[in-house]
Amino acid sequence: MRLEYFEMIDRVVAYDEAGRTIRCESKIPQTSPVFEGHFPGHPLVPGVLLIETMAQASGYLALGLNQFAKMPFLAGVREAKMRTFTPPGAPIVVSATLEHEGSGYVVTRAQIETEGKRVCDGELMFRILPFPSEEFSAMMRAQAVRLGMQTSP
Amino acid sequence: MSTFDAVADIIAETCNIERDKIKPESNVIDDLNIDSLDFLDVTFAIDHKFGIKLPVERWTEEIGEGKAKVEDYFVLGNLVVAIDRLVEAKKAAG
Repeated sequence: MRLEYFEMIDRVVAYDEAGRTIRCESKIPQTSPVFEGHFPGHPLVPGVLLIETMAQASGYLALGLNQFAKMPFLAGVREAKMRTFTPPGAPIVVSATLEHEGSGYVVTRAQIETEGKRVCDGELMFRILPFPSEEFSAMMRAQAVRLGMQTSP
Repeated sequence: MSTFDAVADIIAETCNIERDKIKPESNVIDDLNIDSLDFLDVTFAIDHKFGIKLPVERWTEEIGEGKAKVEDYFVLGNLVVAIDRLVEAKKAAG
């Protein structure tokens, strides 16, 4: 995980197409420029980055379900709750489940846990749009492979 | 509750529009000024309430290709008819 580069997922450990779920793991880095400001002397992962982490896990789920044909873009976050602090070095498990697949959009329910304790959860909505370019599509596939996710049926 | 009333309630709550301003002849874009993001929320609420999948992508394509007019799907009276058809089709499919 590299917070400053928005690389929030270290690996996809389980992707269940039939169950429409995904489980990912990451480890919060010990150091990051983000912690210099949030907060000086009391480093914590910002809630907005936890939401981004849930969005990325949900995004890989949506990509897998549409066979990487279209790109999910975060469009809305509902009922997001930050339940506890997430310090440097914490191992996290990010899970997402598809709640609804609509026409041109999907809704997921996602959560993050650390050592069995719920850190945050929320409902996320994504627009499903054509990839802006072939390069973008290839980059997302390569990233998914790097994380351990199969990208073809 | 009629389909129109249910949809109007959803729009009023989701888009913060006075319920009295929402009429069967209202165009969701021109009259109610609902943007695409709010309409996404409306679509989700309709999908959820009626157990259907509004084919908004197909409708948008048909409008883009000149096969349909915006008002065919995005005037509330017509949207309600489309919802009722989708609900009936779902029932028929079992």
